[in-house]
Amino acid sequence: MKKVYTKPKSLKDAPFHYCPGCGHSIIHRLVAEVIDELGIRDKVIGIPPAGCAVLAYNYFDVDMCESAHGRGCAVGTGFKRAQPDKIIFTYQGDGDMAAIGTAETLHAANRGECITSIFVNNAVYGMTGGQMAPTTMLGQKTTTSPMGRRPDVEGYPLMITDIIATLKGAAFVARHSLATPAKILAAKRSIKKAFEVQMQGLGYSLVECLSPCPTNWKVTPVEAFKLLETRMEKEFPLGILKDVTKKAKG
Amino acid sequence: MTDKILMKGTNALGEAAVQAGCRCYFGYPITPQNELTEYMAKRMAEVGGVFVQGESETASINMVLGAAASGVRAMTSSSSPGISLKQEGISFIAADELPAVIVNIMRGGPGLGNIAPSQGDYFQATRGGGHGDYRTPVFAPASVQELYDITMHAFDVADIYRTPVIILGDGMLGQIMEPIVLNEKPKVKLPPKDYILDGAKGRPSRIIRSLILDTREMEAHNWKLKRKYDLMRKELPMWEEFMTDDAKLVVVAYGTAARIAKGAVKRSRKEGISVGLLRPITLWPFPEEAIKAVAKNARVFLVFEMNTGQMVDDVKLALEDNSRCVFYGRPGGEVPSPMEISRIIGRHWVQKEL
Repeated sequence: MKKVYTKPKSLKDAPFHYCPGCGHSIIHRLVAEVIDELGIRDKVIGIPPAGCAVLAYNYFDVDMCESAHGRGCAVGTGFKRAQPDKIIFTYQGDGDMAAIGTAETLHAANRGECITSIFVNNAVYGMTGGQMAPTTMLGQKTTTSPMGRRPDVEGYPLMITDIIATLKGAAFVARHSLATPAKILAAKRSIKKAFEVQMQGLGYSLVECLSPCPTNWKVTPVEAFKLLETRMEKEFPLGILKDVTKKAKG
Repeated sequence: MTDKILMKGTNALGEAAVQAGCRCYFGYPITPQNELTEYMAKRMAEVGGVFVQGESETASINMVLGAAASGVRAMTSSSSPGISLKQEGISFIAADELPAVIVNIMRGGPGLGNIAPSQGDYFQATRGGGHGDYRTPVFAPASVQELYDITMHAFDVADIYRTPVIILGDGMLGQIMEPIVLNEKPKVKLPPKDYILDGAKGRPSRIIRSLILDTREMEAHNWKLKRKYDLMRKELPMWEEFMTDDAKLVVVAYGTAARIAKGAVKRSRKEGISVGLLRPITLWPFPEEAIKAVAKNARVFLVFEMNTGQMVDDVKLALEDNSRCVFYGRPGGEVPSPMEISRIIGRHWVQKEL
């Protein structure tokens, strides 16, 4: 019988600890599948963040080095400059990427560091219990924006991915959603492209994944996936924001 | 090679790093240590190493972490306010047990302070500096030659104990030019780097982490670090003694302050005062045993620092008798003359009827 579905080799045989309906397990799987398909497991160094996904090293069967909150792209720069033949990815949440680590992220992208960032945007701080994130949407209630995010008090959701797409050092920048199987497959194609762009030495690559956090959104997993489409995708439009390989072909 | 060449402190430090095999440097400009960053920009290009001017001190130290975890000898440098920003990364590097060399060319503080030579960061350097239960070896050279030799030694210490190492200088030491001999790096047997991440080719994947949620595991890790620090306390202390044999009064000073103190000791000796100098070269581990040994003959210890009194605590701890310890300090970047210190020596000599 032909095997059509199996655990990626780049994942360890460990059950995920993530909450039911959380997007991390899906994204872990996509990244692991891409590593398998590109045959790069023995060249990859992953950098998990501070946050729910810090334990990613318990799941990925590749070399992994934990980073301080927000410093993933700086640690990644150190690895890549010291070992240019290795393939480096950072795995970061919205607070990591767009609040505490904004400087590290923007400047790594601007230097055109050949590393890939997987950016998990769930519009909330998950690990710490549901506080406001830089990407929390207007009106969205969190434990630290209990009246809902107000533009005149808490400001606006930060479009870090759009900002990075304007940088010359960024080679491939895309935003995807986990809302449906088709969209998940599209996210995987971009993750693969992001790694390929890195391997070609073209510059920094970033794939943002809009991801559900039913626990902190205080909804069921099914409702959370619906909210991805009805709410988040409206605030954060999907698409490939930058692809230098397309431009090169004219 | 025994020919002497004239070299600036910062450049000697940079060249020693290159000779010690440092091939990754990450830094951010701050006075008074910019010449080191600039020297490394040039030299790293020449030797095929990596130089990155980070977007901040925070970014630079985290780049060091990545390079150190790759198995490459890595260094960063800064001055006081910048070193405060690096503390997050230093804590992680200590927790991860990675080797790294961090240079602090101290300036006046607190806050932005000024850019004059100061020793205000003693506590920060010798008490770990960042959060958590850790220590870092701290070397405080007092001449350009020593800066050169100690820097090479610092890279070995970092590798042997898998720890961040601090080289603590000040604006004066960084800026002065002195003739030095470019000594060859001593050959040292180093442990294999079996922890590095270079892609899990033909071996199980590895993790470098500092998150240890299990409290018992975390406690075990803390005790493991403690055992390592105890070993360093035994193996690392370095100091210089000058005219201590018959000294009734001993000045304790390090770095630039020790150079001034040495001049003062010579001056006071001419006046018939039995005074000596004990100069700690490692500030952590502090050369306690040396203090204890000298204390068998000497009655009074005069601690001189270019701050309001920090190392004086360590001298008192070593003496276990506060009444034998006096302090003189010039904080904020004021550099006193040997004559000023010799007057202080003379005053105590008379007051204590030595």
